[in-house]
This record gives sequence, C-alpha cells and structure tokens, in this order.
Amino acid sequence: MIKLEPRTEPSAWLSVASPLFALAVTVALGMSLFVLLGKDALSCLQMFFVEPLKNGRALAELSLKATPLLMIGLGLSLCFRSNVWNIGAEGQFILGSIFATWVALRATPESGPSLIVALLLAGALGGALWASITAALRDRFNASEILVSLMLVYVAEQLLAYLVNGPWKDPDGYNFPQTITFLSSARIPHLVEGSRANIGLPLALLSAVTCWLFMHKSYAGYRLDVAGQAPLAARYAGFSARKALWLPILVSGALAGLAGALEVAGPDGQLTTHVPLGYGFAAIIVAFVGRLDPVGVTLSSVLMSMFFIGGELAQTRLGLPKSITGIFQGLLLFSLLTCDTLVKSRLRFTFSGPGKAVAK
Amino acid sequence: MNELILLLGSSIDSGTPLLLAALGLIINERSGVINLGAEGLMLIAAIAGFATAVATKNDLMALLAGAAAAALFAALFGLLVIWLNANQYATGLALSLFGSGFSAFVGIGYTQESVAVAARHSVLSHHFLVYLAVLLTMALSWFLFRSKAGLVLRAVGESPESAQALGYRVRLIRLAAVVCGGALVGLAGAFVSVVSTPLWVEGMIAGKGWIALALTTFATWRPGRALLGAYLFGGVTMLQLHLQGRGVNLPVELLTALPYLATILVLVLISRNPRWIAANMPTSLGKPFYPGA
Repeated sequence: MIKLEPRTEPSAWLSVASPLFALAVTVALGMSLFVLLGKDALSCLQMFFVEPLKNGRALAELSLKATPLLMIGLGLSLCFRSNVWNIGAEGQFILGSIFATWVALRATPESGPSLIVALLLAGALGGALWASITAALRDRFNASEILVSLMLVYVAEQLLAYLVNGPWKDPDGYNFPQTITFLSSARIPHLVEGSRANIGLPLALLSAVTCWLFMHKSYAGYRLDVAGQAPLAARYAGFSARKALWLPILVSGALAGLAGALEVAGPDGQLTTHVPLGYGFAAIIVAFVGRLDPVGVTLSSVLMSMFFIGGELAQTRLGLPKSITGIFQGLLLFSLLTCDTLVKSRLRFTFSGPGKAVAK
Repeated sequence: MNELILLLGSSIDSGTPLLLAALGLIINERSGVINLGAEGLMLIAAIAGFATAVATKNDLMALLAGAAAAALFAALFGLLVIWLNANQYATGLALSLFGSGFSAFVGIGYTQESVAVAARHSVLSHHFLVYLAVLLTMALSWFLFRSKAGLVLRAVGESPESAQALGYRVRLIRLAAVVCGGALVGLAGAFVSVVSTPLWVEGMIAGKGWIALALTTFATWRPGRALLGAYLFGGVTMLQLHLQGRGVNLPVELLTALPYLATILVLVLISRNPRWIAANMPTSLGKPFYPGA
C-alpha cells in the first residue's frame, strides 16, 4: 500500500516546486472545465496567460490589479506568519477607500501633491483603525479574529452603501449610488503620460522590499516568526505576545487601507459600491501561494491578477461569467494545499497492512 | 400582540438555517475538525437546491440535492485535512472562496428565475424542516451525550491518540463527522434558497455560514444552546427587517448590519472567559492527527 510519511527535513526545492505544481494542476483542471463548456481550451489558456502580458497597455492593466493584491498579500503574510488569522482585509480595504474619499471630496482644483499624500495616509489610517477593532477584541476579550474580522467586512460594506446612498451621494448622479467624480487634483498620478499604470506600483514594490527586510533582517521580524511558530518558546524568551498580535494586524490593515485609497482615487476616480472587487479575499490566496514571503507574494500577485484579467476577457469574448476567476482562485489554493503535503511528507510504498504500521 | 406572535414565528423560520448549519458544525467540531468552509458549502448547496427546485418543482428533492452537493465537497475537504493533514484553517478558507466562485458561476443562468415550489411541505404555516430541525437538535443532544457512538465521537475530538489506542479508526470517524456535518450545512444552504427566499442571488448566504461558526462557540458545542442562539439571531434578523418595513428613522444599512454586529457582540461576551471556552472546546480542534506517530 501507499503511505504518506512525514519528512524529517522539509525539502527546499519542493517548497518552491509545490506552488508551480499546484499551478499546473489548476491549469489542467481549468482547461478541462473550458472543454466541458465547449470552448477552445488553448485560446482560453492564451486569454489567461498570454494576453495580460502582450503589450504595454495590457501590462499597465496587470499592474493596476497586481498592486492591491501585492500590498494586501504582504500584510496578510505578516499576519499568517505570526498565526494571526486576519481574513477581513476586504473590510480594511473598504475603510481605506472611504477615508481616502473623505480627503478627496475636500480637494480644490488648486490642491497640490500634498493632498495626494494626505489621501494615501488617510487610507492607511482607515484600514489600520478598522483592523484595530479586530485586534482590540482579540486582545481584550479573546474573541476569534477570524470571525470578527470577517463580520467587519459585512459591516464595512453596509457603511460604504450608506455613504454613497446618503451623505456622499452625487446630486447630479441620476440617483446612482456613487460620489462625484474626483477632481484631477485628487487623482493618483500616472507613472508615465498616456499609461494607466500609476504610482501605486512603485509603492507596492517598496512595501515588498521593506517587508522582506523586516521579515528576514530585523530582530522584530524574527520575534514575530517565533511567536507564530512556537508561541511557548516566544513566551519563554520574553517576546511580547501582544505585540505579535497588534503589529501584524495594524500593518496589514494599513496596507489594505492604502490599497483601497489607491483604488478609489486611481482607476475608479469615485467611490461606488463597486470599488471592492474581492481583492481582500483573493490576497489570502496570494499570500499562501507566495509562501508568506515577499518575493513569492510579488510573483503570486502577478499570477492572480492574470486570473482576474483572464476572467474579464472570458466574460467579454466568450460570454462566460466573470466568477470563473473565483473558481480558479479556489482551485489554486486547494491544489497548493494538497501539493504542500508532498513537501512535508514523502510517499512510501509498503507491503504491510495498516496494523503493522501502527505497531511500529 | 398578533404582530409579536408573527415576529416570533418568522424569527424561528429565519433562525432555522442557522440552527441546521450550527448543528452540522457541532458534529464537525466535536470530532476535532473545524470547517471554515461552511459559507462556501452553504452557497454550493443553495444553488444546487435551487437548480433542482427549478427542474423538479419539488422542495424535498431540492433540499436533498443541496445536502448531497455540500456533503460531496465536505468529503473533499475531509480528505485534504484528515488524510493529507492540510492546514484546516487554510483549507476551509479555500473551500469558502471556491464555493462563492463556483456557485456564482453555476448560478448565472438562474438569476432571473424564481420558483414557486409546487409541493411545499408546510405544517401550520411553517415548513416541515423547521420542526425537523428541532427534532434534530434533541436527537443530536441525545446522540452526543447519551449514546456510545456519541461518546466515541467526542473522544476522537478530545484525544485522538487515546481513541486510536482504544482501537477506534480516528480518521474514518472524523471523515464521517465531516460528511454528516457538511450535509446538514448543505441542508441549511438549500433551505435559504428553496424555502426562505425561493430565488438565487449571487452570495445570497450573506455570512450565515460564518455566523453559524460563531454560534458553535456561543453554544459551547451543545445542540440545545445552538437552538437558543439560532432563534435569537433569527430574531435579530427579523426585528431589523420589521423595523425597515415600518420605516423607522434609522439608515437601512445600519439595520442590515445589525446581525453582523450582534455576532461580534456575542463573540466578545462568550470569549471573555478563556477558561470557560477551554473547558468546553474539543481539545484537538483544528490540530492535525498523525496516526503513525
């Protein structure tokens, strides 16, 4: 019979190979799905993996989607590493976009770059504040951060709906739930004239570098790692358990909020109920597929935005629902978790029955 | 007075899916497996049930189809976390994300449909499942605390090592618990799309799976308390709808957010005493089990 046996040493190359293998499995499953739906599997494959890279315009679109995924994914990696299960990044993203809108609505045509800085800081603050509710309830009352952060997503959605249907509604907006279109002085500057890519991209990459330095080169990052992997050892060493909760949650909240600010004042240019697109949830997968490491998260955020763009293309060209993206994201995480057991264990072919294996 | 009775009746109706899902999750968690995929399972069951209702016009078939679909995906989840020892939290999240994408994808052709189920099985203006859920609560209570099989299930959740040493097949028992639990969660999901609001809307479960997860903690993994909690939450949901209907001078969005805020409040109240939770929580909950080690 075949047995799975824990490996004594986790194999290093397999921990890199596992996400790639998971991707291959997802692609194979995805192509079978397209064939089942009676579509040409190869042209679908091209839609997901070639078209998003084919020219400058496509790459700019890719960067617009990868930016929020990368930022949120970095924060979540930090959380998951310290065993803090913040899965409400979507809500923190929404609060970031709300806080940024508050600043944007105060812009005048004469406002300078300082307004953009204020807008981004407000977004980060909004996300961090929303996340701090989760941290405080966990810290003070021991309430599960999984459920609290998730419930707060639904609350944030309602808060957003209230604002764009009520106090912030555009009086000339034909009764649509949306704010006015932001003045150009409150819009995120583009990187180069004529491209939609904006300064969010360098900000996200800078966050990735900072995160990498923090995780791998700083004592504080090391303490978080220990707190996550061996809470008892961390306590014995005198590392603060409260810090290991608050720091990652606040950082991830701030990053998600910043992503929300960049989204609302970037490609969207106004606050609507369609600003949250599910980046906060997709970033959970980005973090895991990226091995909770900034280098991996950067790569996986690009991959995940290809899924988003491919899904949109499948919708416009093949009339397939956009939600196919969600299926692929779920499949990818499933395959990754399965493949990961190969990293942690090896297949062993034995001829003994299960009884003997237990006796050993 | 009449209005109050109506409100109570509708609270029980709207609490029923929460109760069914919470019962399923209690079975799940009593065996030591936490399934964060409840929301996804409910969505999958909701669309499976609704599609079956459209095709057959039969609510029994629809509810069974929902339960079966959810049980199938729960089994997949079970294989991953029980045999391959994949992280239960991450795998559950994957199931929830997959379920929301999958149900939206499958459901795209059903968004305009609504179905008047011909053979609706109602007794005294409540669906029969409402009564069945109460019976199930009592049955599960008896099973967990009065039957030998229930004792074994709890033993597996408390200390899988000891259960194995006594000769019980821990993994098989856990898989059975995950599949049965999944079926009940599925029944809850199908109830929402077939009985409560007979139509399909993307993401229509709207957090009920997560609220049911919170309910298991609130109920300290006891079926009777889950019933109380589920009806209480049904009450909060109905109360806010009732207030909306009467045009109370509060933003609709605040009222809609009430059940979620109530969940947070309940979590805070119940978790305040970590020792109480620790005394009630199945000890091996969420932890992997290696039979060979």
